[in-house]
Amino acid sequence: MTELGMTQSTQPKIGVGSDAEKRLKARYRAEKRFRAYGLFSIGIALFFLAVLLTSIVSRGWSAFTMSYIQLPVTFDAETIDPDGTREHSALSTADYRGVISAALEKKFPEIADDRTARRDAQKMISQGAELELRKMVLANPNLIGTSADLWLPASSSVDQVVKGNAAHDESSGLSDGALAKLDQMVRSGALKRRFNTYLFTNGDSRQPELAGLLGAVVGSFYSLAITLILSFPLGVAAAIYLEEFASKNRWTDLIEVNINNLAAVPSIVFGLLALEIFLNVMGLPRSTPLVGGLALTLVSLPTIIISARVALKAVPPWIREAAQGLGASRQQMVMHHVLPLAMPGILTGTIIAMARAIGESAPLLMIGMVAFVVDTPATPLDPSTALPVQVYLWAASSERAFVERTSAAIIVLLVFLAVMNATAIYLRKKFERRW
Amino acid sequence: MQFLTLVFALLLMSSMVYRLGARQALRLGGTAKGALHSLPSYYGYYVALWCGVPALILAAGWMIFSPMILKSIVLDSLPPDALSLPAARLSLLMNEVSQMAANGDYRYASDDVARAAAERYHGLRTISFAAMTVAALSTALLGAWWGLRRVSPRLRARNAVEGMVTLFLIASSTVAIFTTIGIVLSLLFESLRFFAKVPITDFLFGLHWSPQTAIRSDQVGSSGAFGAVPLFTGTLLISVIAMIVAVPVGLLSAIYMAEYAHPKFRAVAKPLLEVLAGIPTVVYGFFAVLTVAPALRGLGASVGFNISAESALSTGIVMGVMIIPLISSLSDDVISAVPDALRHGSYGLGATHSETIRQVVLPAALPGIVGGVLLAVSRAIGETMIVVMAAGLSAHLTANPFQSVTTVTVQIVTLMVGDQEFDSPKTLSAFALGLVLFCVTLALNVVALNVVRKFREKYD
Repeated sequence: MTELGMTQSTQPKIGVGSDAEKRLKARYRAEKRFRAYGLFSIGIALFFLAVLLTSIVSRGWSAFTMSYIQLPVTFDAETIDPDGTREHSALSTADYRGVISAALEKKFPEIADDRTARRDAQKMISQGAELELRKMVLANPNLIGTSADLWLPASSSVDQVVKGNAAHDESSGLSDGALAKLDQMVRSGALKRRFNTYLFTNGDSRQPELAGLLGAVVGSFYSLAITLILSFPLGVAAAIYLEEFASKNRWTDLIEVNINNLAAVPSIVFGLLALEIFLNVMGLPRSTPLVGGLALTLVSLPTIIISARVALKAVPPWIREAAQGLGASRQQMVMHHVLPLAMPGILTGTIIAMARAIGESAPLLMIGMVAFVVDTPATPLDPSTALPVQVYLWAASSERAFVERTSAAIIVLLVFLAVMNATAIYLRKKFERRW
Repeated sequence: MQFLTLVFALLLMSSMVYRLGARQALRLGGTAKGALHSLPSYYGYYVALWCGVPALILAAGWMIFSPMILKSIVLDSLPPDALSLPAARLSLLMNEVSQMAANGDYRYASDDVARAAAERYHGLRTISFAAMTVAALSTALLGAWWGLRRVSPRLRARNAVEGMVTLFLIASSTVAIFTTIGIVLSLLFESLRFFAKVPITDFLFGLHWSPQTAIRSDQVGSSGAFGAVPLFTGTLLISVIAMIVAVPVGLLSAIYMAEYAHPKFRAVAKPLLEVLAGIPTVVYGFFAVLTVAPALRGLGASVGFNISAESALSTGIVMGVMIIPLISSLSDDVISAVPDALRHGSYGLGATHSETIRQVVLPAALPGIVGGVLLAVSRAIGETMIVVMAAGLSAHLTANPFQSVTTVTVQIVTLMVGDQEFDSPKTLSAFALGLVLFCVTLALNVVALNVVRKFREKYD
């Protein structure tokens, strides 16, 4: 601007090709460049978002199906129940491996005399197949003695080759003979990919094809329920006090500064606090959703308080004046009028805080929710993991098949988050009031 | 679970007593105008509070204190040879005992002493719970009776109830203070125990970090295995890389959003940017390991650099991406808060839009932007999952972004996941690291929040 003034005083001539015009052009070019930088930056951020989502989805979608192999299974009475007692204990410890082995020999007669080939063939069937057979026999002991063509889960090595995640050679963990059988089965339609129910009905497992998310989802659900039950009333009460009742003095200033700071304290520090207070001092059980929920309460409380205060502040003062003018006490005014009007905003903030809590894993690592837990927790007092921690655990696993499982777990997590955030946005849109 | 049933029973009792209270008030005062001091419902709440609150406080106190008392009873009843065990073994034994007693499953008891103690503990717990149930329920009944007796038309029920509510509101608002006190005390307590074993100067200024080797007690301190400087530099390196990515991208995005973008473009792009902020950090960690690190490694190999698979660069870049929305939304806010009068003045003097932004708007918004960047730095320092998954474990003192470094948070997680021994410096050092982390982020937050508030006050 001073520049401009100087130019005009020394170069009074204004016209085509003058210095002033050149300079103006340069300035316009700079203007365009600057705009382009901004657009480019947004582009970079969105590019990363796109790469992240596509890399996860492209890796993970295949985990929602898994390979099944059709085998002519004979529920041989000699193998399953040699004593013929039909007792539960005998049936549940019976040799289902032998049943499968016999079925494999029936399907591929050439492996009957070749021990290596038989072992290689057995590697194609998941351990889950034995459990599947056991479940069928226990449910209906009359199956013993019959035979049927059954679809049984294939092992993760087969699954990975079929999906193209592993190379079609020795490195897949399958021998050449097994690979040849695999190709033959694919051609004859004896190998199919079906929806992967294990992913949603099983707990964690060392066998990738059997590992599921149910335990982690239930663990996350319990933790989140405890977080919600504790942090919603506490947070709203704190916000009401600070916004509606507290007089401005040193004490309330201190509380306010504290809340703002806590909102920015790293979550792992809350994890250390939870470890020290809830586990070491209060002696609550380790690795449980109860303690996880308490830790997440501490993490999400500041966020809820802050958003609830904003929602309360948005209620116009004349609502309060009108209520008090009609003879309401201050508490009646707040409870009957201000709070209901602020509720949509408070709920939106709470849902967003919950969405953040569901993705939080660092404090859960501190309180030991990283154990390998097969069983689905029945109560919040049972050891459990949580959804993001399951992602962490699977990501740390070296087995190739866990890569797609991890991505699938992330997809499930992101779907939960998307649903929660969409609910929040819907609530905000539907109940938003302009005064 | 049983405890929840009890709580539920108490709540049910209170809600039934509420009706009794309200009815009692109406019966005594009648429905005439002004006959009762408060609305009938307040008499109901009054009695319900008398019924529920003392009983719940009793039950909660019982739950908190009874395990300690029972444990000491069981400990006293142990045979003398078990009591003469070293402290660590004894606490291990007691852990086993309380585990078994909690499950009611003694099959895996290590010996008969543990089994007997566990059975005793289990029996005591059952008795204690029964006693608590009786005590809580009778307190509730007593409270309800007392409350009902006090109901009279002149009782200031509303004031009493509102007093209780206010008490609850105040108590809730102090939770934040207690959290802070809890953090400081627990970190400080364990850190002091750590500094009793390892001198604080060795910890803060030592150049060598290898806690895993310090298993034998005579090794500690003398070997200097707890020098945290490599962790600090590692954290700093990754944070700096993250800031190099996040500050320009975030700031320029914010400028474009606030100053140039068409409202329609803004309505689409801003939520998309915020999606980046909503993605859990564990997902970013997986992304760094699986996509960014191999890509960078390939890129490095093609130009002859050897980039480690756990390089600070890939971790820092992904962390930067995570922080972009934080910087852009904070900067967007402060840029929008700069009064239009300043812009109009600048246009009036003939400045172009970008000149106005660079020479008028940004200097005016600078304090707010600096505050936002400081908050982002504190976020980067405290970020855990990305570095745990993508950064290394071994502590290298280096400024080379292609090498792997470790950070404070990575070490806290590595030290705390798995077996914890609260008398070894290995576990305690995690608390010392946590204390450093808390102090640094707290200082950054206080400064940042103050700067931002000052900025707001200037233009509001």
